[in-house]
Amino acid sequence: MRWISDPLLTVDHLSMRFGGLVAINDLSFSVGRGDITALIGPNGAGKTTVFNCITGFYKPTSGRLALTHGTGAPAGAIDALTRSDLRRTRGANPELFLLERMPDHEISAQARVARTFQNIRLFPGMTVLENLIVAQHKTLMRASGLSLAGLFGLASYRAAERKAFELARAWLNVVGLADRADDPAGDLPYGAQRRLEIARAMCTNPVLLCLDEPAAGLNNRESAELTRLLRGIRSQTGVSILLIEHDMSVVMDISDHVVVIEYGVKIADGTANDVKNDPKVIAAYLGVDDEEVAAAGGGVP
Amino acid sequence: MDYFVQQLINGLTLGSIYGLIAIGYTMVYGIIGMVNFAHGDVFMLAAFIALILFLMLTQLLGVGSLGLALIVVLVLGMALTSLWGWVIERLAYRPLRGSFRLAPLISAIGMSIFLSNFVQVVQGPRNKTMEPLLSNVLVLPIGNGSVTLAEKQLLIMAVTAALLAGLWYVVKHTSLGRAQRACEQDRKMAALVGVNVDRTISLTFIMGAALASVAGLLWMTYYGVVSFNDGFVPGVKAFTAAVLGGIGSLPGAVLGGLLIGLIETFWSAYFTIDYKDVAAFSILAIVLIFLPSGLLGRPDVEKV
Amino acid sequence: MQNPGDALKKALLAALITFGLSFPIVALRTDTNLSNQLVLTERWSLAFTLSGIAFVAFLLLGLVRPAGDERATPKTARSAAPPHPFTRYLPRIGLAFLIAYPFLAVAISGSAGAVKWIDNFGIQILIYILLGWGLNIVVGLAGLLDLGYVAFYAVGAYSSALLAKNFDLSFWLTLPLAGILAAFWGLLVGLPVLRLRGDYLAIVTLAFAEIVRLVLINWVPVTGGYAGISGIPRPTIFGYSFMPGPDNIATALGLPASPLYRLFFLFYLALVLALAAYWVTTRLRTLPIGRAWEALREDEIACRSLGINTVTTKLSALAAGAFFGGIAGAFFSTRQGFISPESFTFMESAVIVAIVVLGGLGSMVGVAIAAIVMIGGTELLRELDVLKAVFGGEFDPAQYRMLLFGLAMVVLMVLRPKGLVATREPTVRLKPKVARGAPAAE
Repeated sequence: MRWISDPLLTVDHLSMRFGGLVAINDLSFSVGRGDITALIGPNGAGKTTVFNCITGFYKPTSGRLALTHGTGAPAGAIDALTRSDLRRTRGANPELFLLERMPDHEISAQARVARTFQNIRLFPGMTVLENLIVAQHKTLMRASGLSLAGLFGLASYRAAERKAFELARAWLNVVGLADRADDPAGDLPYGAQRRLEIARAMCTNPVLLCLDEPAAGLNNRESAELTRLLRGIRSQTGVSILLIEHDMSVVMDISDHVVVIEYGVKIADGTANDVKNDPKVIAAYLGVDDEEVAAAGGGVP
Repeated sequence: MDYFVQQLINGLTLGSIYGLIAIGYTMVYGIIGMVNFAHGDVFMLAAFIALILFLMLTQLLGVGSLGLALIVVLVLGMALTSLWGWVIERLAYRPLRGSFRLAPLISAIGMSIFLSNFVQVVQGPRNKTMEPLLSNVLVLPIGNGSVTLAEKQLLIMAVTAALLAGLWYVVKHTSLGRAQRACEQDRKMAALVGVNVDRTISLTFIMGAALASVAGLLWMTYYGVVSFNDGFVPGVKAFTAAVLGGIGSLPGAVLGGLLIGLIETFWSAYFTIDYKDVAAFSILAIVLIFLPSGLLGRPDVEKV
Repeated sequence: MQNPGDALKKALLAALITFGLSFPIVALRTDTNLSNQLVLTERWSLAFTLSGIAFVAFLLLGLVRPAGDERATPKTARSAAPPHPFTRYLPRIGLAFLIAYPFLAVAISGSAGAVKWIDNFGIQILIYILLGWGLNIVVGLAGLLDLGYVAFYAVGAYSSALLAKNFDLSFWLTLPLAGILAAFWGLLVGLPVLRLRGDYLAIVTLAFAEIVRLVLINWVPVTGGYAGISGIPRPTIFGYSFMPGPDNIATALGLPASPLYRLFFLFYLALVLALAAYWVTTRLRTLPIGRAWEALREDEIACRSLGINTVTTKLSALAAGAFFGGIAGAFFSTRQGFISPESFTFMESAVIVAIVVLGGLGSMVGVAIAAIVMIGGTELLRELDVLKAVFGGEFDPAQYRMLLFGLAMVVLMVLRPKGLVATREPTVRLKPKVARGAPAAE
């Protein structure tokens, strides 16, 4: 129950409206530090919209998205930050961030939330390695002195670049793409592109990794590999993972915590086992997709 | 007051012509997402075709009735300009469909350069001035003054209104219009459900060229002068109009055209004629900054 | 082989369409007679000739081309094959050629004949290469469509001319100032419009360029209006000038007077500027900012998800591109000694964009080749007196210059939509490509 005892991200009363359409309505949940949390729900439930709010691509209509970079924040610290008009506590330990106040690139660069996309968004014309180097933009940009030090090849920059290069190489080995490092990312097969996108997100050195349907389009063997990969990433780096997934076997296999939403409202929240037997969840899925219910309900047709 | 109303009439006349050209830009953009840069030159070519056809009818064939001559020029001009529009799409744009974003635009810029220089080569570099047509004016009393409304201004506004009504009908109520709207939304899906995408795109270019042809004829009747490089500035202004109104939107193109015509006319009348184009372009920039999808355009929802 | 009957039918149709296109714009020519009226000259034979040419061309094409090939536009799949070894050495071969070029010109066509080859071809093409490389940062690397690049060229040319004339600044000072001012204008234009989607950026930059041109035309007290600015000071080296006069460098060195010294100087100056642009751009490409530009071109949303501030990234690309445009403008003004708004029309922007796209987006070598082909090719047309012999004395090849330029743009784009050099060289490699190749991580 780390999502209660030690939450990394707390979503409070989040609502998102597009014109008259209410995509998310007063949604609250937490993501535990070090947990793998799954956000599931039928098509159109608003899962990707939640992701887009967390990563700053959408400005929520209302609600709070609070992220802490460590344990032991004094009680009421988040509320204090909310009352101020600041986006983050600077220098405090642990640091707090209010994501709904930050632009997308700062959420990635400062709050250290990384994400992947439902329809893979690599830089297809650039090589696999370059994709991973671009992800370290912030670090390299600082090292290059806004490019001037880099322009004249200063040693400090060269050292930073070597480090970036090593990090990229390490991640290439993790996702098993080292031998394709110099090929254009767009030339990779689908499953490899998914893995590369995860590696690229990890190269930003995140505390929270948001994966939007990482198993979509993968076959059973690849899904199993993905599960192993995600577990490995978590145990090696301690990153917390929030994922949207339709493949219930993946969800039930790796999730410590499952949040179920339907029509933008939370209908269940708990461990995989709790959720699997929740009648509301079964009802929500029954109307949609028999296969998924079968998976969620443990084989009951 | 009368001065103001007079400028209003002049601005609406000019704006009607811009609006007709702007529709060509906006329709093509709506359906294939491409800026048809050569469209301004198609308009210039159409003005030449109208001029030559008119001279041919009156000088070579001895047609005495002005009305008959104008109608023949209108119909034949539309047919011939449409042929140009069709051939241009077929040769310069269709092979690049599905290519990367800039390729058709570069091809269109090349086509624009080709067309203006082609006309220069075959018709010579000098301005072509025609004797004024329909120069009777109606004098309307306004307040304690009066304004003049030339017959040709009336003609321009009437023809524009009639064409827009026709176009509106085609787009909203015919199978061609449905096919166009389908292609706008999703070309692949439209093809799957049996819409002939190539044909629909061809017809869109033909419609745009036909409207440009009418704009060319109206331009000749209004100004009575055209030269080979008259495609660029009206073309850019019409494109500006299309963007101002919200590119992809037919009413937007007309509204944008009228606005650009009015801005230009009023600026010239009340400030300085030297900077009239600066005014039109600056307003474009300002509108885009505050209303990024134009006046009537659909807001751009970012798909992540 | 296509069915001959089909080929014939298609050829007839092509002839008919050509005739439709030629009538009335080709068949009837408008001319002004002595009493200032427009009259028509009939040229039906010309229209028939064109139709005949279309007929024959399509017939031959139809008979030669295999059936069903008509729509087979080559799918330009991303080729995994390594680039031809020749392209790897092309920059070095090209550089050697460029350095030797003025001497070759003198050796081949003598000192009088070389003027044209160095000035009209060499310097002219180098200016366009410099402009192309500058715009390549914006369009080729960052993927921002700038249709008003000529505005920065104009800002550079006018600011360096005005600074030199009004404040007596040396060319060596106005040159960087022109670049900096142009970059500043790049930021100024970019700041409000960068949120706009691609095509809007294109139209706003185009509008900006038109505004700049109109201001140059109408702000007569400063810019001289249509008359432009003349008598722009020429650059000097250590106080020696290349113009006739007491401080002429040749006189001082006791050499025979010749306009070639000035041209050699301008040529090598242009070459140095272009090489500086090359060096800076290739360098920037391997830096985080350059990689961010390319990433931006590939997927802006992904960039934002990786913590890249897309606004500053775009602004830096616009400013860097504008800087080189300004430098090119300063060089242009001192080379000509005279500038007017005429040199900064939309056509210039279109030509520069065309060079960048035809060269292959992002490819420095491709841009240089495209500049040579397009600018050199059209300049060459002026020279072809042979054509006069073929088409008769009235034929003026220069008249067809831009017509063919436009046609070449269309044809090249249709045949090679990805540009002349479509392969992209990675900025960094995990494994060196060949044993003794470029260093892996620059």
